[in-house]
Amino acid sequence: MAEEQFYHALKVNNNLCFGCTHCMNVCPTGAIRIRDGKASIRKNWCIDCGDCMKACPVDAFYIEQDDFDKIYNYKYRVALVPAVMIGQFPSNISESEIFSVMRELGFTHVFQTEHTVDVIHELMLEEARKATEKPLISSFCPAVVRLIQVKFPSLVDQIMHVKPPIDTSAIFFRKKLQDEGVPDADIGIFYVTPCAAKIAIVKSPVKDRPSPVNGVINMDFLYNKVLQGIKNRSGSSTRSPGDNLPNLGPKHISWSLTNGEAPYMKGRCLAIDEIHNVIDFLERVENDEIQDVDFLELRACDEGCAGGVLVVGNRFLTAERLRNRAQLFKDIHGMPDDLVPYREYMKSRVTVETPEPRPMLMLDTDTGVALQKMEQVRKFMCYLPGIDCGACGSPNCLSLARDIVQREAQLSSCVFIQRTMEKHRKLHGDHAIRIIEKTWGKDRLDKDCTKIGAKDEGA
Amino acid sequence: MEFRYEIEGGNFSRAGHASSAVKKILKQLNVDNRVIKRVVVALYEGEVNVVAHADKGSMLVDIDEQRIKIRIEDTGPGIPDIDLAMQAGFSTASAAVREMGFGAGMGLPNMKKNTDQMRVTSEVGKGTQVEMITWFSQ
Repeated sequence: MAEEQFYHALKVNNNLCFGCTHCMNVCPTGAIRIRDGKASIRKNWCIDCGDCMKACPVDAFYIEQDDFDKIYNYKYRVALVPAVMIGQFPSNISESEIFSVMRELGFTHVFQTEHTVDVIHELMLEEARKATEKPLISSFCPAVVRLIQVKFPSLVDQIMHVKPPIDTSAIFFRKKLQDEGVPDADIGIFYVTPCAAKIAIVKSPVKDRPSPVNGVINMDFLYNKVLQGIKNRSGSSTRSPGDNLPNLGPKHISWSLTNGEAPYMKGRCLAIDEIHNVIDFLERVENDEIQDVDFLELRACDEGCAGGVLVVGNRFLTAERLRNRAQLFKDIHGMPDDLVPYREYMKSRVTVETPEPRPMLMLDTDTGVALQKMEQVRKFMCYLPGIDCGACGSPNCLSLARDIVQREAQLSSCVFIQRTMEKHRKLHGDHAIRIIEKTWGKDRLDKDCTKIGAKDEGA
Repeated sequence: MEFRYEIEGGNFSRAGHASSAVKKILKQLNVDNRVIKRVVVALYEGEVNVVAHADKGSMLVDIDEQRIKIRIEDTGPGIPDIDLAMQAGFSTASAAVREMGFGAGMGLPNMKKNTDQMRVTSEVGKGTQVEMITWFSQ
């Protein structure tokens, strides 16, 4: 089971990546190495948070998505849209305009994922009532769930066992269409995702249950399509925004933002966003430093899903628009009428098992061997300079020491060790260059005036 | 393998650094999560005790394949009655320390609960030594 790898939506385009250290330095789990002049991601360590993509100066990271034409494999084409999709548009573009254009683009139905939040909320309250170990941790953000799996495995039992709104809404909508007599094979449900981590939920099938979602469309892609559709047209849309689109209430609208869940849970509840803040806080939870907290809402992105890597709009403006909407619809409560009969159907299908711990820090499964390796790591650290420059292709000296012990790098990968070796005539200058080329790619040190900031930038 | 961490008396903002460091080590050694949790809770309590009561102290950690041995020693006021100090809820912490959320009188009892062996020695006016051993497999 330990060998089984996470599915990853984040990929590196080797044609664009020129091998710098930005992504490697920001990765919160230290999952990136530079080899042969390109960034490479360690699949079992990556949590799909998207920080690398945000940091890349040349847009070399991309998120795999399904071909848009795939929607036409189905007669009924449902777009599941989270509230942040609306939030990112300027406020003079109305919700119905956005949905009309989405129908022009080929979707037969548009459904907002947060409509099923009440079902999730109910299950969360039930679980919180029964829980013995506190704080409970929300299962909403998949990047956080993965973070706990790899970095805080002792806390996996405290993650709630409720699926996020995507699954719940997909389960509902599929059943609703089936009840209307639509054959399952004709139903295509597509999730419009604000981030990489949510794709993984769709693409990693849970034990013996296929995902209720047929495909994923990146939000930035759809944003451009919709905006183009609106701009290229004078007057209003030729299509109606479609039925089954009641307004979301304030709880639903703000559910994916920071402080979306916490105000609705019982007891002492905290909302923490941005991955480094989350890591810092989980360290303390793990040490038992945090007492008497009942519920933790943790989000990998700053401002919650408004800060998702695929959300085009500025995250603060997106959150502002959604908060204004929540205020505007403050009198709407509960689920839309046609969801009510499906409450129990959904409730019985949206629980998940405890995620597996996947500790990434361990040096070896055998404690004795791990001890020996740690001794070696400490010995190498006596020689490495502690500058954490990343010129070896590992994010810092300690990572390099661990990579050496795991036979994934050599002490001579360090440029400072190289100088020392040259001084003691243990390494020839040509050899040193070859080592650097192995990490940074051939001819990497040749003059190149087209790189960013150079004389002929971009030429 | 041995590790040594210094603990600064009175500096609550750094309380938890040594226990976090030990936690990271144990994770790398693939020690059972439940064992790590017990060790870290005991260490954190011990660390806070030094910060709250002593001028300074140190934590000496010795790890082998089977167990972790920790010795926390401080130069501080010492404990006049160790049996009393081991009682849940007994505390000599100052009002200021309690205001910060510490000093509930659960430190030593919690440490004992979360380790397999614990021994406390102390001399009033000089300092306190706590030795704890926890085995990796029960």
